[in-house]
Amino acid sequence: MRFLDEYRDAKAIRGIASAITKITKRPWTLMEVCGGQTHAIVRFGIDELLPKLITLVHGPGCPVCVTSVELVDQAIAIAQRPEVIFCSFGDMLRVPGTSQDLFAAKAAGAEVRIVYSPVDAVALAREHPDREVVFFAVGFETTAPSTAMAVVLASQQHLTNFSMLVSHVLVPPAMEAVLSSPHNTVQGFLAAGHVCAIMGYTEYEPIAARYRVPIVVTGFEPLDILHGVLMCVAQLEEGRAEVENQYTRAVRREGNAQAMWAIREVFEIVPRKWRGIGPIARSGLGLRAPYDAFDAALRFDVATLSAEESSECISGLILQGIKKPIECPAFGTRCTPERPLGATMVSSEGACAAYYRYRRPAAAPSEAVA
Amino acid sequence: MSLTTGFPLACPIPLTDYPTVLLGHGGGGKLTQQLIERLMLPAFNNPWLGMRHDGAVMDLQGVRLAFTTDSYVVQPLIFPGGDIGRLAVNGTVNDLAMCGACPLWLSLGFILEEGLPMETLWRVIQSIQHAAKSANVSVVTGDTKVVEKGKGDGLFINTSGVGVVPAGVVIAPSQVRAGDAVLLSGDLGRHGIAIMAVREGLNFETTIESDTAPLADLVARLLAAKMQVHCLRDLTRGGLASGLIEIAHAAKVSIDIDETVLPIQEEVRGACELLGLDPLYVANEGRCVAFVAADDASRALELMRSHPLGRDATLIGYVADAAPSQVTVHNAIGSQRMLDLFSGEQLPRIC
Repeated sequence: MRFLDEYRDAKAIRGIASAITKITKRPWTLMEVCGGQTHAIVRFGIDELLPKLITLVHGPGCPVCVTSVELVDQAIAIAQRPEVIFCSFGDMLRVPGTSQDLFAAKAAGAEVRIVYSPVDAVALAREHPDREVVFFAVGFETTAPSTAMAVVLASQQHLTNFSMLVSHVLVPPAMEAVLSSPHNTVQGFLAAGHVCAIMGYTEYEPIAARYRVPIVVTGFEPLDILHGVLMCVAQLEEGRAEVENQYTRAVRREGNAQAMWAIREVFEIVPRKWRGIGPIARSGLGLRAPYDAFDAALRFDVATLSAEESSECISGLILQGIKKPIECPAFGTRCTPERPLGATMVSSEGACAAYYRYRRPAAAPSEAVA
Repeated sequence: MSLTTGFPLACPIPLTDYPTVLLGHGGGGKLTQQLIERLMLPAFNNPWLGMRHDGAVMDLQGVRLAFTTDSYVVQPLIFPGGDIGRLAVNGTVNDLAMCGACPLWLSLGFILEEGLPMETLWRVIQSIQHAAKSANVSVVTGDTKVVEKGKGDGLFINTSGVGVVPAGVVIAPSQVRAGDAVLLSGDLGRHGIAIMAVREGLNFETTIESDTAPLADLVARLLAAKMQVHCLRDLTRGGLASGLIEIAHAAKVSIDIDETVLPIQEEVRGACELLGLDPLYVANEGRCVAFVAADDASRALELMRSHPLGRDATLIGYVADAAPSQVTVHNAIGSQRMLDLFSGEQLPRIC
């Protein structure tokens, strides 16, 4: 496929893997922030191509995984109301709340629809003036601009039957939370390319300086990821800690001005509770006061719902790079995609889901490139 | 009054897990398998059902009949490259073909929803007529029911089919042997993406058309040429991955396939990348895999490619010696992964 196959070229991939092996002199632990990168790593077996001195740990970059149980329960409570058409991206439907998921609510009669864009939910509200259309606004900075534009659109069209349950989270505060943890092992980051395509990477520069950690803005194809690893290891071996951009074909330092305008127009920074991790200050986006009318949590009075997470699920440790999915005693036994204990097992970007789906055959060799 | 049924009343699927049927129970993945294995097979257990094949093959006074049934609940009813009627005929014809049978007779059960435009129904009936003629089968019996508005989805179709299996032909998962070549008859994923594109209003630069087609003639030519075909499976819900996993489990073999040779249209690959779907799990309706003795693999491939429905046929892998009932995919960079059934249907990702 044009623009894609070249980033999956076996010869080029092995070439970069060789270069990484050549420059790696000491053990390094790198975290890929984004769940999409985790899936690419496991799907293509990129970890098997790396020298044993390099450990990749998986980060908090899966919006489905980090959406709090409270918000999932609130979503289900809203979806169960007879007047509501509840719209969500597909990923969220299997994520377990306290006692059920949105799929189960749908099977029990709730009108839950999968949409591909928040603008689709606005169109649905226009088509069904007699129903309340609610959109589950989940995602990082990547999806926030389109969510913001949906609110602007609904406002311009004076729609009174459209609202959204906002669960947006921000990446840089999560990276700081990882680095601040007493259990932190991360020495370098592969930052999420698509988040930086929106926000640029100026926010990362103080983090790199303060924590003396290299951050490489990295894409999602095998060649991107290996190139990101190479750039990150080169910095570590040379004793540098800077922000570098591997994903130059999509990311500019200053980001996308129009997308950032939309986010700032509609949202403000708020504290947010992350599933498995807990509250992180200034890590979420909430609707600004002029757009209160579009806040589903206020409209349906569900903001006070509280919920308990599974005590057995260690997804919080996995999302912080402290444990790997296979180190969880419940992995693949008491926790499977059919009976998940946490969201990391069902999200299409979840680390546990990646390990479960792309697990290697028992007898497969695991050799680094010499 | 005591209620005695004579049957155990406890449901083998813990009700706390699934107190209601979910959409995923119909997705052709793990939940579907669970329904079959825990509810259907124990309830209706018999040797024919136990074969876990696309149809049952029964000996009737020396004549071996293949018998199968399928229901069609697709939305939209008419889509690029086909419609529900054509799908119903081709799907049932293909299930018979996968038993090595020559399809002969079909039944046709319509469940119509009040309010369905007569023009749509007529178009579907004409399509069925055309598809039946193309596949050389006759619709010999049928049934029509109408449900109230809101209690159907416009139109559901059930078809059953009967065919005759030629003497000496035994095609079943139990026939699969270590060393068998795995041949794929054509490109992957077109039907699933075509349906999704229309249903969800996704606009791609080109129209992706469903691959729905009857495979009986392709199979008949393989059998007429005396190829050692051990097993056949048409790829429907769950795509290539689910088809291979089902065979690996039923035959208790391990299957190795090469990801780099899989024929997938550029447009389909692009749509899958965009939506975060794995084309190996996307539905087809006119494609099959054939497990053929290694000695016959190249001849069988040549023969398939000479057929209009097998132009893109490819040797995608082999049945391995080891038998942990798994399917392993080898990729271009020398790494490998195992395929597993999905829990339900694939869901498009967030970002």
